[in-house]
Amino acid sequence: MAGKVKDEILHDHNHDGIDRRGFLKCMAWAGTGAFCVIQGGVLKSYSLSRLPELGAKEAMGELSFVQISDSHMGFNKPANPDVAGTLKTAVDKINGLSVSPEFMLHTGDISHLSKPEEFDTVDQILKSAKPKDVFYVPGEHDVLNDDGKQFLERYGKGSKGGGWYSFDKKGVHFVGLVNVMNLKAGGLGTLGHDQLEWLEDDVKHLKPSTPIVVFAHIPLWSVYPEWGWGTEDSAQALAYLKKFGSVTVLNGHIHQTMQKVEGNVTFHTAASTAFPQPAPGKADSPGPMKVPAEQLKSVLGITDVNHVQGQHALAVVDSSLA
Amino acid sequence: MRRSVFIAGLAATLLLGMGALGVSQKNFVASAQQKSETTEVKIDNFTFGPAALTVPVGATVTWTNKDDIPHTVVSTDDPKAFKSKVLDTDEKFSFTFSKAGTYPYFCSIHPKMTGKVIVQ
Repeated sequence: MAGKVKDEILHDHNHDGIDRRGFLKCMAWAGTGAFCVIQGGVLKSYSLSRLPELGAKEAMGELSFVQISDSHMGFNKPANPDVAGTLKTAVDKINGLSVSPEFMLHTGDISHLSKPEEFDTVDQILKSAKPKDVFYVPGEHDVLNDDGKQFLERYGKGSKGGGWYSFDKKGVHFVGLVNVMNLKAGGLGTLGHDQLEWLEDDVKHLKPSTPIVVFAHIPLWSVYPEWGWGTEDSAQALAYLKKFGSVTVLNGHIHQTMQKVEGNVTFHTAASTAFPQPAPGKADSPGPMKVPAEQLKSVLGITDVNHVQGQHALAVVDSSLA
Repeated sequence: MRRSVFIAGLAATLLLGMGALGVSQKNFVASAQQKSETTEVKIDNFTFGPAALTVPVGATVTWTNKDDIPHTVVSTDDPKAFKSKVLDTDEKFSFTFSKAGTYPYFCSIHPKMTGKVIVQ
């Protein structure tokens, strides 16, 4: 971006007081620990260090939740031989937020090898988090050996088919999708016909002003197909969400933060709490990226999300574990 | 008399010699067959190496995961010709191919990883 950009609204497409340039600038700030909130139709940003000064309602809006991802419990190689330790650090970070999030989303790869003791350990560690409700979607590492049977038994109550479901919180509609089952050779993530039909029906009667949050493990946009970082039939899913003024898509799988804004849809991927992966194409393969021990926590992280009633876009803030 | 004994002796020696040669020839062929009956595929860097492997009918192929991330070996045929459990680093999976044909497979965790075994 050339020079300093004035913080004025240039094209207010969605009539919510924010234009694409302003939002993207804010998203860039998010990587360095800024906190962006849309209040009264105006985008405001604060550095995270200023948060304690702000009144709770002013800072946090009306709905606040946290996304964690890719805990890979059971992984024990470089760059992280202690993924339980870094998950605990993530929980400490969550517990240290000035306003406690109402609940957590885990966007999958909870375990590394789908072993019962790995799931047990994650459950145990998350018990010490202040937000008591956790909503899960599986990663490909969670459905090994048994086509997801164990995952569904543990986390799939009330879900349909391969574990998809939806719920509402303070007027925001959340949709958990599964794109890691029945993967085809040479392919990407896949949602499948049954899940897409369910999704179409699930959102059919919602008002277009309802903010939507979709969460799934593999990115629902084409980040890097060569490494399987995309979902084959996500376009169909997004078509069903076209009518909504605000759609936020939260994914994991790639172990790094990335964001993209496309019309009314904001795509965002979270860091892992276990190990980083290389940027697209920057290595031979998307395996664990080794970093010096003292840098590890700076490449792992959590994502804090806030919605202010009546405003469109959600404020999505990443912070590292450092 | 001596000449016939000599010839008989010569013949006997030759026969023995040929017999010995025959036996050692069999041994040679047998060990050559053993070498091609077990073949290795190394899994590393999200790749099956070699990606295309040709083996004789009856050969056993062993996949070894040398990557720092788990992988699987799953036939793409329907019904599946073979399916490994998840292989962590240094774990192996073996399958004996008793019928000729081409057997494409992939890693069900990372479906972009594909390979094939050609059995002939």
